Amino acid sequence: MVFNVASFITQVAVLLLLLVLVHKPLGFYLARVFEGTKSTRVERLFYRLAGVDRNTEQSWSIYLRSVLVFSAVSILVVFLLQRLQGVLPGSNSLPGVDPWTAMNTAISFATNTNWQVYTPETTMGIFVQMCLLAVQNFLSAAVGIVVVVALIRGIARTRTDRLGNFWVDLARTSFRVLLPMAALAAIVMLIGGVEQNFWSTDVTNQAAGITQTIPGGPVASQEAIKILGTNGGGYFNANSAHPFENPNVFTSLFQVFLILLIPSALPYAYGRMVGDQRQGYTVVGVMGTLWLASTVLMGWAFAGAEGTATAAAGGLGEGFEQRFGAAQSSIFATATTLTSTGAINVAHDSIPPMAGGITMLNMMLGEVAPGGTGSGLYGLLILAIVSVFIAGLMVGRTPEFLGKKIGPREMKLTAMYILVTPVIVLASAGVTVLLPDAVANAPASGPHQFSEVLYAFTSAANNNGSAFAGITTSGPYLSSVIGVAMLLGRFLPMVLVLALAGSLAKQPKIPASSGTVPTHGWLFGSLLLSVTVIMTALSYFPALSLGPLAEGLLK
Amino acid sequence: MNTLPRFLRQAWTALRFLLLATVVLGLLYPLAIFGIGQAVVPFQANGSIIKDSAGKPAASALIAQVSADNSGTQSPLWFHARPSAAKWDPGASTASNLGPNDPKLLDAVKAARAAIAAAEGVKESDVPADAVTASGSGLDPEISPAYARLQVPRVAKAHGLSPATVQAMVDRRTVTGLEAFLGQPSVNVTELNLDVAAAAPGSAAPAK
Repeated sequence: MVFNVASFITQVAVLLLLLVLVHKPLGFYLARVFEGTKSTRVERLFYRLAGVDRNTEQSWSIYLRSVLVFSAVSILVVFLLQRLQGVLPGSNSLPGVDPWTAMNTAISFATNTNWQVYTPETTMGIFVQMCLLAVQNFLSAAVGIVVVVALIRGIARTRTDRLGNFWVDLARTSFRVLLPMAALAAIVMLIGGVEQNFWSTDVTNQAAGITQTIPGGPVASQEAIKILGTNGGGYFNANSAHPFENPNVFTSLFQVFLILLIPSALPYAYGRMVGDQRQGYTVVGVMGTLWLASTVLMGWAFAGAEGTATAAAGGLGEGFEQRFGAAQSSIFATATTLTSTGAINVAHDSIPPMAGGITMLNMMLGEVAPGGTGSGLYGLLILAIVSVFIAGLMVGRTPEFLGKKIGPREMKLTAMYILVTPVIVLASAGVTVLLPDAVANAPASGPHQFSEVLYAFTSAANNNGSAFAGITTSGPYLSSVIGVAMLLGRFLPMVLVLALAGSLAKQPKIPASSGTVPTHGWLFGSLLLSVTVIMTALSYFPALSLGPLAEGLLK
Repeated sequence: MNTLPRFLRQAWTALRFLLLATVVLGLLYPLAIFGIGQAVVPFQANGSIIKDSAGKPAASALIAQVSADNSGTQSPLWFHARPSAAKWDPGASTASNLGPNDPKLLDAVKAARAAIAAAEGVKESDVPADAVTASGSGLDPEISPAYARLQVPRVAKAHGLSPATVQAMVDRRTVTGLEAFLGQPSVNVTELNLDVAAAAPGSAAPAK
């Protein structure tokens, strides 16, 4: 399998062009949805039936409590109904899901992670996939988006403790943004060859005497939101490498576009909502630069095709699908790990060591380029606050961010946000490698074995969901530690972000002075870029050295 | 005010919200897509099922269809698909998930290379990478044109066809143009084997 550089450049150029064209109109639409006050008649009926008071805005603590209660209820319902699969319709004769798997999966889908400890074909029937998991694909993506909307309101508003109504924001994001976009995407995928039915088909090749049962399912509808909502939980075990999820190179390129679509349009909405479009452009510029740099680096690592087994095979191939080729798979692997998606169209365990290292580094960056739906933007805004803090130290003034003072309380919340995820990843991976029984779940040897463990916790705590899938995580120890890592990695940052939103919203807006560091333009963009990369490098460099770097450099 | 009732009231709202959202997103949405699929693109929506001359479903154009014995050796009568960690079982898609330096993978690759070179009567260095590496899904129906070319003489002989005829079939099933540029040139083995069977009726009956 040859890495086609011309194809690589063409695909990157097409993606960039499409995203540049679409991010403004979509961002404009998103801002209108979040700033709108009118409800349609159907929405009003929905609010009445759900018991939502649509006219009441919430303080940050009530908003947060709504996020947490809604997610807890989602986890509980998804867990219980998986356990009851055997007696529910649409089970495809599969029994109730084992409790460890059911809990891990419920957490995984409600946290937008979509870590899949199970083999879908033999564990989850149509009901579980369509009515539980796909619904969480919508709602968990929407939860990520509404949290960043609350943060933006906190930045934009003054002298108030009101951040909006979680339920109204959630409904609007689900029904006005995700649903119509997913429906359009699903139709494109259908035409491209993704199936959508409710039965399997027995086929017989008379001449060769082969009989097969071709699996069916509502794949297109689920695939669309799996990708668009940066979820990544496949209908089939092989995920986007499976021909029914991703039948050709066009659908694969379309999937990469969909992965990047909402996260890269949110900065424009942000600029609009804070009344300064330059803010949005700077953020999206940083995201785009990181994405481009990481994609090129990944292309380089794929083209290198390092590895003894890879060399013996005469090139890349293990874990790859013939129809995509190495160029498309490198672009997919970058996009899926720079966002919280975690879908795969090539087995990440089998890609060259340095490429595996880049997938991990992408997640360790905090998935901010452009990141998960919502979570990417709030991650980068936190890093922007760190940047104004550092710039403030240099000029010796209290840092400000868009007219809001970044005082001790704001800085403490920001610092904790920066620390939370690395602590979860490094502590859980560190403890796990001390337990011989747990390490034995990773079948590789040497640095690659460590990579499999490190990848699992990096993916879980960053809510990515992809894996070096050689590792078996269905046992009680790993499935519960990974479950806890997903929960903490999702909700601790959200607590901090909403607390920050609350304390920013209370402040008056101070006019910019000559000592104010502007948070737009090339200079600030470069600073933000450096902060993002340095923070990551400092936290994770030792761990990366023991895994992919060692494997890639030691021959 | 006591916070517990407020908490419970919120949980009750959450539950009702989830239930209503499930009706829209978990039932109406997939059913609407199902309806559109059946009305507009039934072939794709139903799994790209190809029918044989009798009108019976013969294969899915997207899924590898392989005749292999219990040890995983593919039948010498037909074009071979890529190795599969799923043993080409459509209900069990998976990759090998072996690392690029894994000794087990190294052994498997070497063994596959030697076996293919022997079976096709070519030099080991002529066996392309896709022939000796397991696909990401285990169900990849496609191979490289180079691997298909390698197999033409064997398949042609097994079915009493001329190599030129079989090579023409390969060429007809080779993806070209933009799709080959963005992805890579590839040959759909599932469709190709059905073409071969249709061109050589009778010869496919157990050849021994």
